[in-house]
Amino acid sequence: MKSAQKTPRGPRALRTPGGLSVRLDPRALIVVVLLAVVALAAGVVLIGTGDFPIPAGDVVRTLFGHGDAGQEFVVNELRLPRVLVGLLVGASLGLGGALFQAVSRNPLGSPDVLGLGQGATAGALVMIVLFSGSAAQVTMGALVGGLVTGALIYLLAWRRGVHGYRLVLVGIGVSAVATAVNGYLLTKADFVDAARAVVWMTGTLDGRDWKQVWPLLVLACVLVPLVLAHARGLRMMEMGDDVSHALGVRVERVRLVLMVSAVLLTAAATAAAGPVSFVALTAPQLARRLTRSPGPNLVASLCMGAALLVSADWASQRLFGDGQLPVGVVTGVLGGVYLLWLLVTERRAGRI
Amino acid sequence: MNRLSAEDVTLAYDQRVIAEQLSVEIPDNSFTVIVGPNACGKSTLLRALSRMLKPSRGRVLLDGQVIQSMPAKKVARTLGLLPQSSVAPDGITVADLVGRGRYPHQGVLRQWSAEDERVVRESMAQTGIAELADRYVDELSGGQRQRVWIAMALAQQTPLLLLDEPTTYLDIQHQIDVLDLCAELHEEQGRTLVAVLHDLNHAARYATHLVALKGGEVIAQGAPNEIVTAALVEEVFGLRCQVIDDPETGTPLVVPAARRARAGAVGAGRVAATEVS
Repeated sequence: MKSAQKTPRGPRALRTPGGLSVRLDPRALIVVVLLAVVALAAGVVLIGTGDFPIPAGDVVRTLFGHGDAGQEFVVNELRLPRVLVGLLVGASLGLGGALFQAVSRNPLGSPDVLGLGQGATAGALVMIVLFSGSAAQVTMGALVGGLVTGALIYLLAWRRGVHGYRLVLVGIGVSAVATAVNGYLLTKADFVDAARAVVWMTGTLDGRDWKQVWPLLVLACVLVPLVLAHARGLRMMEMGDDVSHALGVRVERVRLVLMVSAVLLTAAATAAAGPVSFVALTAPQLARRLTRSPGPNLVASLCMGAALLVSADWASQRLFGDGQLPVGVVTGVLGGVYLLWLLVTERRAGRI
Repeated sequence: MNRLSAEDVTLAYDQRVIAEQLSVEIPDNSFTVIVGPNACGKSTLLRALSRMLKPSRGRVLLDGQVIQSMPAKKVARTLGLLPQSSVAPDGITVADLVGRGRYPHQGVLRQWSAEDERVVRESMAQTGIAELADRYVDELSGGQRQRVWIAMALAQQTPLLLLDEPTTYLDIQHQIDVLDLCAELHEEQGRTLVAVLHDLNHAARYATHLVALKGGEVIAQGAPNEIVTAALVEEVFGLRCQVIDDPETGTPLVVPAARRARAGAVGAGRVAATEVS
């Protein structure tokens, strides 16, 4: 057949004489590189944005250590950590969302819908309202809240293998309980605490400094390689537990490792920036539509999350005149519109 | 000693026991077909043989080793399974899906060798789907799709291949098509095949070794010519029938008794029962 001569769609293989081989999908690779470039470029623009604007060229020069003292202070001490937190939070949410959606085989099986954000918020509110805690304590509270919620969902929905809709329904239930707790805590709070709580709940990068960068960076350095090492098994799991089992994937182990990683990533991101809504839901879907490749598209989702969050942060600072918005408002609007679009088109395709 | 066997296994989902102390040997180089009424435990047995279900007692042996204790990828290079339910990922091409059967032969640094490529091409050729290589799996018909899944299992290159109801949901032409393909794999490549089939006549025609299960017990096993009798069919399926020679192949052909004859038989039974009491 002539079709064998045609350039094949999808992945190509690179081989070395020693018998090593890697498989790459050229289109996915280009998408990943482009998204990474967009994320970094948006970061540079964002560093230059503010009451004291700095041109992009100067930002880059300063980042490489050739700026003047004033610029150096603004860039390295004030704005760089904020942008890095934004990139790391976006990347963690994008990757965490992709993992959740791939393991549950359901685009709605993402941390936003499952109530991880609400759970982390409950943890943070407990610290803010009941203990008037410091920023560090609020972060710890959010982290613990997210992890507890993750464990709860696992126990309720996951013990006998995951079933997409069951997971989503359990998640919605957990989310409702957490929302009720949050509402209760807010009504108990005095005026100052309540205002602080509301800002936290919207998700914002304001006032983030190096203290938030390091834990996120360390976590990402540990978890991203771990997750990618299990990505091939996850690709097989798309075809159902039985097939992946038959192919020699240790389904239960892969699922557990990836879910724990996803919960950690999401909880840490939420603890650092508040429950920035919808990045975890939308980034993997957008990435998938760009790469047009089956599979979990983990790296593309990661880059997409980072690009989305930093762009949204820039938009929240610039597009609305003088009044800055928390980044969560922008991602919420974008994500909500995207979700509606997703539901409408899936309906047309007869899937939901 | 055969390569695959179940020894005194008790099979249960949670508390619900499907089979107790069940022992089955799969003869090497056979095309073994497991038959039995609904809920007799045939799919459960296949799940146990493919280490999908861990027996609560007893053990499944593959090449003399307890299958659960073997490395997952090593088992996957010896024993393949075509399950009943499998999901083709959105937007995947035929070649890509078949290629996924190479997973147990690959590693992080050996993701796609020339050998992988050759085996995938061969598997597609053997199942007659070479021309479909670049098509999306979602666009294919049910029969073509089943061939793609079989090709994926072939690409796994396992000497043993288990198939759970491979003909369900297919029309008669595609059922025969899939069974012919299985017979070819068995005869020409010497693979050991184990299939669960619903259609007794298909089983009798294609199997070299037949296992009849009922209520989690083996009622009979052996060559179809030796074991398929009217008495066996009645015992296993509770169906009165005649067994005649298949005019095409000479294998046993099960012809269910006509409705009237069966009704008469039931009536007669009742009369007999009254007479006794």
